[in-house]
Amino acid sequence: MAFQVPKLHPNALVAISFLMLLVFAPACGSSSTTSSTAGSTDSLSGSLTVSAASSLQGAFTDIKAAFRKLHPDVNVTINFAASSTLAQQIIAGAPVDVFAAADEATMNKVTDAKLLSGTPTLFAANSLEIIVRKGNPSKIASLSDLSKSGLIYVTCAPEVPIGKYSAQVLQKAGVTITPASFEPDVKGIVAKVSAGEADAGIVYSTDIRATKRAADGVAIPANLNVIAKYPIAAIFKSGNNTAAEAWIAFVTGTAGQSILKSYGFTSP
Amino acid sequence: MTRLRIGRNRSAGLQRPPAAILAIAAIAIAFFALPFIGLLWRVPWGDAWSLLTTPSSLTALRLSIETSLWATALSIVFGVPLAWVLARYGFPGRRIVRALCLLSLVLPPVVGGVALFAAYGRRGLLGDSLFDWFGMRLPFSTAGVVLAQTFIAMPFLVLTVEAALRGLDRRTEDAARTLGASRWYAFRRVTLPAIRPALIAGAVMAWARALGEFGATITFAGNFPGRTQTMPLSVYLALESNPGQALVLSVVMIAISFGVLLSLRDQWLGGSSTSGGSR
Repeated sequence: MAFQVPKLHPNALVAISFLMLLVFAPACGSSSTTSSTAGSTDSLSGSLTVSAASSLQGAFTDIKAAFRKLHPDVNVTINFAASSTLAQQIIAGAPVDVFAAADEATMNKVTDAKLLSGTPTLFAANSLEIIVRKGNPSKIASLSDLSKSGLIYVTCAPEVPIGKYSAQVLQKAGVTITPASFEPDVKGIVAKVSAGEADAGIVYSTDIRATKRAADGVAIPANLNVIAKYPIAAIFKSGNNTAAEAWIAFVTGTAGQSILKSYGFTSP
Repeated sequence: MTRLRIGRNRSAGLQRPPAAILAIAAIAIAFFALPFIGLLWRVPWGDAWSLLTTPSSLTALRLSIETSLWATALSIVFGVPLAWVLARYGFPGRRIVRALCLLSLVLPPVVGGVALFAAYGRRGLLGDSLFDWFGMRLPFSTAGVVLAQTFIAMPFLVLTVEAALRGLDRRTEDAARTLGASRWYAFRRVTLPAIRPALIAGAVMAWARALGEFGATITFAGNFPGRTQTMPLSVYLALESNPGQALVLSVVMIAISFGVLLSLRDQWLGGSSTSGGSR
């Protein structure tokens, strides 16, 4: 007698569980299918972290807004800094999904570290220009004017792409200058010239356009100029590879390219 | 306080905090210790000496020591009188002046650098006059580094000295005055010796802060080896090109700061209890 009661309990439990399964399982199934169909208007979701070269700040901010209209469930965060800094962060394990660099050499560092999920795609090109104070009070007309005595010229360290490019340009033009400062990134050059504390620097054409006339530009002839090509790539360890690929497709697509053009970039 | 409680306990020295508190405190200690242990672990010790003695490291080290000592000297010269005025001299709006003088303590240093531009930059309030009168340009110069460091570091000294002055028993000064000492003499021979521990502690803290200054320096003085590239700037820039060198320089800065804090503890505790207590 005493044994029969506990024997009944497990059976009853199994029966109840079975009944519950019968009743609730279809409901669970249907609810999960409805939720997936509801989300299928846009299959992309989650967060997307993009590390982009400082010079892309304006264009990528607009691209982010346009991208969000297409994929409202993707939470995009963009980290703007010198490409070299970003590469170093990615190599150190920063959780980044997409990397857009201002030069191929910097991208190669990440490629060499075997951190890319594919091969980099070139998506934009940028030429160099001399940035001068608003109204050009130092009357700079050419690269050779940069070596005028008393002129405060600022640049970046050669590790930063813009520092390397401007050194190449000056070398081609045969101009030697002692800079007043090696700024950590191109924003530092733009900030110091826009503030009027430095007289000139060499930056990307797009940077001068982005100051909205707080500083002026002086063109560098094509034979002395350096064209910077911008590669973009998805990071291998990305937690959101589909969104990363969608971002790259958007940037290289017509919508992205027209935004980039409006900021002064040319096609690579 | 602690001593009293120990006295009540049966066995002295066994006043142990509850296990939960010990465990949480241990996590906190690990939280602070781990980054430094990790850093020490990453340092390429084999090349440490050669990385440290490269001309670029030595230049940054020398510049950092020079500028931070200048900034400390300026902080003492201007900070002690400022602390004295703030502690002793009641004038309308003292609280506002006090907050203003300590603002750079809590401000992001980059904002401090921008503000320095607005005052001493070429297009700042005083920039043109400084150049016309003295032929001096502060941005992008070593003097600019000292200025930025002083701006950020002096509040540390002012706070410390002001607290000591407030805690000082003024009767000794009054006694000196009634015995015929001039204000200046009483300040020099009575007040100053009494606040000396606090002054030393404040100066050391200001010096350590000046040594570590980054944001205001890179904003206002830029970055040029031998002229404005101090150790923190050098570490930041070497991170990209030469991580090993950045790590070695970081260890040097940590060693200096650690040494300062170790020495400061005795100074500070001894100083505050003697000058702050009733004598």
